[in-house]
Amino acid sequence: MGKFKEVFLKNTWYENPVFVLVLGICSTLAVTNNLKNTFIMTIGVMLVTGFSNLTVSLLKNLIPSKVRMITQVLIISFYVIIVDIILKAYLPDVSKALGPYVGLIITNCIIMGRAEAFAQSNPPLISFWDGITSGFGYMIVLVTIAFFRELLGFGTIFGYKVMPGNFVNWTIMIMPPSAFFMLALFIWIVKGFKKEGAK
Amino acid sequence: MNPNINPLVLFFASIFTSNILLSNFLGMCSFISISKSLKSSNGLGMAVTMVMTITTAINWLVEKYVIVPFQLEYLRYIIYIIVIAAVVQILEMVIDRTAPNLYISLGIFLPLITVNCAILGVALFMQLRNYTLLQSIFFGLGSGLGWWLAIVLLAAIRIKVDKAPIPAPLKGVGITLITIGIMAMAFMGFAGMINVQ
Repeated sequence: MGKFKEVFLKNTWYENPVFVLVLGICSTLAVTNNLKNTFIMTIGVMLVTGFSNLTVSLLKNLIPSKVRMITQVLIISFYVIIVDIILKAYLPDVSKALGPYVGLIITNCIIMGRAEAFAQSNPPLISFWDGITSGFGYMIVLVTIAFFRELLGFGTIFGYKVMPGNFVNWTIMIMPPSAFFMLALFIWIVKGFKKEGAK
Repeated sequence: MNPNINPLVLFFASIFTSNILLSNFLGMCSFISISKSLKSSNGLGMAVTMVMTITTAINWLVEKYVIVPFQLEYLRYIIYIIVIAAVVQILEMVIDRTAPNLYISLGIFLPLITVNCAILGVALFMQLRNYTLLQSIFFGLGSGLGWWLAIVLLAAIRIKVDKAPIPAPLKGVGITLITIGIMAMAFMGFAGMINVQ
């Protein structure tokens, strides 16, 4: 069990894919102005990372190394299509709001990175866990950003009004630039904390 | 959404007002990691523009003549990504034969483009908004040029920023993201001129 805990801590804190490695921030930054969409999107990413890691790890001895990359991309697209179909069937409004960004999970570099760096050389179960926790590390950051953006931009959380009536919405928070500012702020704070810990 | 939009309007809109990078957040990973040097940014920008224009046109044809008639909509993502990977591979061979100097200057950036989300993103937007072939080509070319412009600008800014006194935890990625945010705000200033959604 020690190894599972180690992988968990590594993926969510010490080597968090977003604020340490700066990977995969493309497709989801665009939907972080709404907590619900972010939540569903990141769960999708988490599942895709987990299962594609599992599959890559199971098939690693069967895939010739020359066609490794394209096979990994195909495995990832397979799971993304499943996520897309499930969303279309059960959450059509969310699926519509996310638009092309569900398909863009395929090119999320975290998933490809984990498949290549971890699943390719590790047994299936731990690879699955590695994928899930990487996705979780990603989720923490994006949900935090989405929380502040929705709170300040719309005055709501999960669509419920929480700010007092005389609160003026910060329109900038729902526009693209604030996603960059929020992520920068997040990285700044986390790095500051990490330095304290190292001393 | 609007099928009657002028392709030229679309072209300028995708460079400035709805820049694929600054307003749709696509192609961020390579944008942040490559923009440390002006020269490689230029190479990558060129490669992205080239691949984006070609793949958007091919994906449009594939969408119209393969995916829709054979009802393969559920395989759309896989088909698009295969087309992109194939185009990159072919382009790599063609450039190697015809323009070895360009091939050397593009180097590792050409194969890396397969996993650049901006390429797939443009194809998906093109399909979602029902563009015609001509509109798609201008949209692809404009988005590529917009991406190129943004990465070269950022690389030039980063050279100066590197020399500035910045709090240690903000160094590197942090300040780069803030710079991108300010750039995004500046590009938003164009929004009043043309609007495409």
